[in-house]
Amino acid sequence: MAAKDVLGRAGEDRAARYLIGCGYEILDRNWRCPQGEIDIVAAIDGLLCVVEVKTRRSAAFGHPFEAVDARKRRRLWQLAHAWCDAHPDQAGGREVRLEAIGIIGAEPDAGALEHLRDLS
Amino acid sequence: MKTARTWAVALTGVDGHLVEVEADLSNQTPEFKIIGLPDKALGEAVQRVHNACKNAGLDLPRRRLTVNLSPASLPKQGSGFDLSIAVATLAAGGSVQRQSISHTVHIGELGLDGRVRPVPGVLPAVFAAARAGFARAVVPVANEAEARLVPGIEVRAATSLAQVAAWHGAEVSVPEVEPVVASEVEPEGEAQLDLAEVVGQEDAVDALVVAAAGGHHMLLSGPPGAGKTMLARRLPGILPPLSEAEALEVASIRSLTGDPVGRLDTAAPLEAPHHSASAAALVGGGSRIVRPGSIVRAHRGVLFLDEAAEFSRVALDALRQPLESGCIEVHRSGFTARFPARFQLILAMNPCPCGNYGVRGAECVCPSLAIRRYAGRLSGPLRDRVDIEIQVARVAASRATSAERSGVSTADARQRVLEARERAAHRLRGTPWRLNGDVPGTWLRQGQHRIGVEARAPLDRALERGILTLRGYDRVLRLAWTMADLAGLDAPGREQVGRALYMKKGSIA
Repeated sequence: MAAKDVLGRAGEDRAARYLIGCGYEILDRNWRCPQGEIDIVAAIDGLLCVVEVKTRRSAAFGHPFEAVDARKRRRLWQLAHAWCDAHPDQAGGREVRLEAIGIIGAEPDAGALEHLRDLS
Repeated sequence: MKTARTWAVALTGVDGHLVEVEADLSNQTPEFKIIGLPDKALGEAVQRVHNACKNAGLDLPRRRLTVNLSPASLPKQGSGFDLSIAVATLAAGGSVQRQSISHTVHIGELGLDGRVRPVPGVLPAVFAAARAGFARAVVPVANEAEARLVPGIEVRAATSLAQVAAWHGAEVSVPEVEPVVASEVEPEGEAQLDLAEVVGQEDAVDALVVAAAGGHHMLLSGPPGAGKTMLARRLPGILPPLSEAEALEVASIRSLTGDPVGRLDTAAPLEAPHHSASAAALVGGGSRIVRPGSIVRAHRGVLFLDEAAEFSRVALDALRQPLESGCIEVHRSGFTARFPARFQLILAMNPCPCGNYGVRGAECVCPSLAIRRYAGRLSGPLRDRVDIEIQVARVAASRATSAERSGVSTADARQRVLEARERAAHRLRGTPWRLNGDVPGTWLRQGQHRIGVEARAPLDRALERGILTLRGYDRVLRLAWTMADLAGLDAPGREQVGRALYMKKGSIA
């Protein structure tokens, strides 16, 4: 695995732990389909949350959230609907929202974590 | 609450409208948007503000920033909003105190390095802010001098964005940067022209003094080399100094055109556009930003049209409306800009295309039709608004070479003009007019200021014989009153009326 993938994986683990700590129930991780990959699918308060996790060693090349642009959000919506189609039992007509988690730090476990709920 | 607001000024013409700059921070992926009808230059503020904040060591929040310029329906132009947008976004992010910026007007363009750059129109903008009751305005350091001309508002001159942020409570180190300075104000060359340099044109000099005293528009007609231009250029020198309010108006217009305004100049401006000028160049134009034209820059001063007959008819007739109303409205899609344009018009022209028609000892080679057509270039309605029409003849050789100089110096003439104007103002007290040139004819023909039958006789005869129209009659009356003011008389006598008739009609009377 390349160094960036190791970092990304570590970031996703940290994000998953953080979400559980917040009371989320993790339904799926690294779900793949022809359109792409969803990092985390979680549920809280009857909501289905599709979470994109971005990890950066430093903010020198831009803040992690700057990578979640309009194109990326559009793709995440497509993926969210694809996941709902593939898991009708778990989706169960629940409302879907997008979330983003940004982590800055060479050690994702200790880095600064930011969480955006309900991206539009 | 993640909203912060401050104030800026949008200019349409010389009128400033206070614009509320609101910045809102919403918990979304990073984005920076400006709404409220910005033009291209203002839309690019996003990039300037972004880089200026970064280079000033101030962090913009990495969330969605929306900046609204309210009233949202008013079109806004230019880079003068940069500073207000920057402080509003910084306050929305929490690095600047919201309270501190909410009662301050911010004007200025930002460089990528975070320095504050000058913008045009700071004087009218600060003026609008003071009138709206703001106590404090932050302006670029290069515009400090003109902003300080406005009374009743505290002006702070900003060198860099970091400095402004620090004033509003940001914890940031203010670097020593080289301020962006205004270009030097070039000294005016016109002031040295003296009326005493004019040789042997007593009639014309006299007419010039009358024009200055009464605010009358004037047409100088004569062969090339007679000294028409020389005379006209000496008119601003004999006009009385502008009052403080008038000088502020003139300085506001100068500020709008982007010229540096260092101090309050009380000399009347002289504007002399070339005869190829278009109507838009004279009245002002531009698609989004309306730039003031020549007649606006000549406000409270002199508009001198040399070779008036060579101007396009359209351009000349565009002068008619401002001559009557003292202001000009430029209409564009979405807004109307209104400029003051109270100027004194001086026209100079040759009698015919070759210039020699009616000159003793010279031969005119123009066909008569060409002469008539040339004179007809100035339309009747425009000519009607001109009180003084005077023929300027070439100076005889004996006069030109003799050491003798005309008796009237600029200082003397100015003193006479000043006294005459005081006299007129005293007589016109309680009316909206200040100068004889502004007074409507009915007021002069009727009521207490009607002059005696005896003095009026030549004028009445000219009217009966059809030499004068009633409008022309009024013009002569006004001139006669100015001459009476210059002579220190309580009312014009037969002599004043006669001379006024001569100045209006040239050789005919």
